[in-house]
Amino acid sequence: MTTLRLQDFQILSLKPLNIEVKDEILFLSGPSGAGKSLLLRAITDLIVHKGDAYLDEKNCNDIHPVQWRKWVGFLPAESSWWMDKVGDHFSKKDNPYLALLNLPDDCFSWDVSRCSTGEKQRLAIARLLALQPKVLLLDEPTASLDPVSVMAVESIIKNYSSEFNAPVIWVSHDKLQIKRLKQREFEINNNEIEEVVA
Amino acid sequence: MNVISLSPFDLSMAALLVLLLALLSLILKLNLASRIVIAAIRTVVQLLLIGLVLKALFAQISLLWVSALSIVMLLIAGREVMARQQRRFGGLWGYGLGTLSMFVSSFTLTVYALIVIVGTDPWYTPQYSIPLLGMMLGNTMTGVSLALDNLTTSAWRQREVIEARLILGQDWRTAIGDITRDSVRIGMIPMINAMAAAGIVSLPGMMTGQILSGTEPMEAVKYQILIMFLITAGTGFAAMLATWIGARHLFDDRQRLRLERLS
Repeated sequence: MTTLRLQDFQILSLKPLNIEVKDEILFLSGPSGAGKSLLLRAITDLIVHKGDAYLDEKNCNDIHPVQWRKWVGFLPAESSWWMDKVGDHFSKKDNPYLALLNLPDDCFSWDVSRCSTGEKQRLAIARLLALQPKVLLLDEPTASLDPVSVMAVESIIKNYSSEFNAPVIWVSHDKLQIKRLKQREFEINNNEIEEVVA
Repeated sequence: MNVISLSPFDLSMAALLVLLLALLSLILKLNLASRIVIAAIRTVVQLLLIGLVLKALFAQISLLWVSALSIVMLLIAGREVMARQQRRFGGLWGYGLGTLSMFVSSFTLTVYALIVIVGTDPWYTPQYSIPLLGMMLGNTMTGVSLALDNLTTSAWRQREVIEARLILGQDWRTAIGDITRDSVRIGMIPMINAMAAAGIVSLPGMMTGQILSGTEPMEAVKYQILIMFLITAGTGFAAMLATWIGARHLFDDRQRLRLERLS
């Protein structure tokens, strides 16, 4: 089992955050611009922050940044692609998540420029999960998806979390989705991050 | 062969052409007339001044004075590199990066050329060292500023891609690899093109000048080849060095992309 622990973790004007996430899906909600995405970027150690992040009691600052980012799998709200073909962005040729996301076998030969936003998002999820991160940080992963794909992604993430005992922090605005999946929910409001008690 | 000395009258006949051009652009409302005239006056004043400096320098062969002039040339070239960049590093880095790269590359190669290739005695003989260094700096300056400009502008534009690659566990070198390769290439292309076109499309300026002033063509050609090789190597090394240090400085010790270091 993996544990993600944040200790006096602080970005911008947000109050310091102390939190421990085990193999569970923790939803993070709050108004746009509250700092949800920045918080995920800080946990990935992409931006400067105060306080410490621990993965199984190993401090982020003691781990090589490349290793840390391999453990902490962050899915940004918008996926980025830098080669012409989809397949060039994947290190392994067999990816078990493609079929689960209703992506055909030949999708590796697609031109990135011809993919729709939804296709790119599903491809990005498959690309991230194939790296087998210990933790998932998902920034509105289903915002651009059709209802069928939303269901597919939800069950994939749920299974991933229970199969690898992986903590998941999931940013979402979708109240129904939060209701469907949540084990815990936190809300950012007025610079404070507080647990939403049902 | 004797050099036909140019009289002030000869030069004013040439200046007449520039004035004609300025007049024409005034009529065509190109908004260039004053800039043409000012630039032309700068050419005359600056070249006359450097002519006087060189004359004084050649009269007494002193390492101190050669070094002093070299440093001034380097600092001006460094300022020029900085001015040619849209997004440059903030603070001392903005000036230091280009200047350091040009210093390492141009000075080393010039000293190498003087001691190993030309074999002047003493090695810093100003008649050789100053023009050589000037040619090196002038071209290295172009290469370094093109490379750095591409590096910083591309990094700025492709921030999402670079960060996405970091997120997927690539190190900074790989994440910005496409951009650094492009930057070095862009910095070197003008010199590679110049080498390829030399003598066919264009007669290089230095060689033309030597021939006009009476040097035997084959001697001028040999010096031109030397200069071309030196400039190409110097530009390439400086562009690589500046790009590498610049790219490294875009990331911090935790390999985060720090675009706020650009101003």
